[in-house]
Amino acid sequence: MADERDAQGSAAATPRSVHATALSIGLATGAYGLSFGAIAVASGLSAWQAQSLSILMFTGASQFALVGVLGAGGGAVAAVLTAWLLGARNGLYALSLAPILQLRGWRRLVGAQLTIDESAATALTHTSHAVTARRAFWSTGLSVYVLWNIGTAAGALGAAALDDPATLGLDAAIPAGFVALLWPRLVDRTTRAVAVAGAAVALLLTPVLRPGLPVLAAGLVALVAAWLTGRSR
Amino acid sequence: MIWAAVLLGSLGTYVEKLVGFFLPRSLLERAAVRRVAGLLPVALLAALVAVQTFAVGQTLVVDARLAGLLAAIVALLLRAPFIVVVLVAAVVAAVLRAAGLAT
Repeated sequence: MADERDAQGSAAATPRSVHATALSIGLATGAYGLSFGAIAVASGLSAWQAQSLSILMFTGASQFALVGVLGAGGGAVAAVLTAWLLGARNGLYALSLAPILQLRGWRRLVGAQLTIDESAATALTHTSHAVTARRAFWSTGLSVYVLWNIGTAAGALGAAALDDPATLGLDAAIPAGFVALLWPRLVDRTTRAVAVAGAAVALLLTPVLRPGLPVLAAGLVALVAAWLTGRSR
Repeated sequence: MIWAAVLLGSLGTYVEKLVGFFLPRSLLERAAVRRVAGLLPVALLAALVAVQTFAVGQTLVVDARLAGLLAAIVALLLRAPFIVVVLVAAVVAAVLRAAGLAT
């Protein structure tokens, strides 16, 4: 972890420190892939379906949301919409990365799939040094891709071998996973207020709407909050 | 049904990633776009935390999942890594159920 801070602290980090950072981030994400695989299977997906999500979707929050909504009986439409809404931020990362990475042809198609929180964050800390930024993007993206998929396989196969996920508390692991994803985003009063309001809206609507829809409705809280904070400036 | 969600969901999230490489960069300069993009995950993730903790279908209940969530928050306050946060929640819920203290 010390390597990670060194590499992110300086603009012209050495290739070695960039790769070391990429590997440490990959290992951390692999452990998180383990919990994704286990939770996906506990939510009723097969090990292959869990693995397909990690191969094809490859964006953690959307994957957790999709299996969470499906597992709660929310149906495919609400599950897919929630995953898409959560994945929209990757488009903004791509927008920021495009002038730095300068990707063309098949590299752009592969690079797009590797555009996630971790690869964008490491690449965008090196914006003053394009070669390092590109190296950080590919190294982190590939490291996370491989280890996230290995983690998913191990978690899915492990959970598939269990009888009842509830006795092991795996159902309690699901909200814990979401709160861990939410935690680093609670950076100021606005984000904390949006989180409380989003949770409240979802709970109030749970008795009256089909599972899955209350979560989508909570997305409206973000739109209202963005509009209100824009007006107050 | 699950396969349809897996494939369609994956197609959409890939298109979102790819489209960003083709759109004009000036979009990023619009403050409203950045604000919505920043707040949307916060609202959705908070809603998912709430629903996955309290909902069983369309009814709200308090069970071992709440104790698991509180334990997870304590782990986050202690700066535990993701896997530890998830494990702590699962273990706390499982122990409470095994002891007959929660459903």
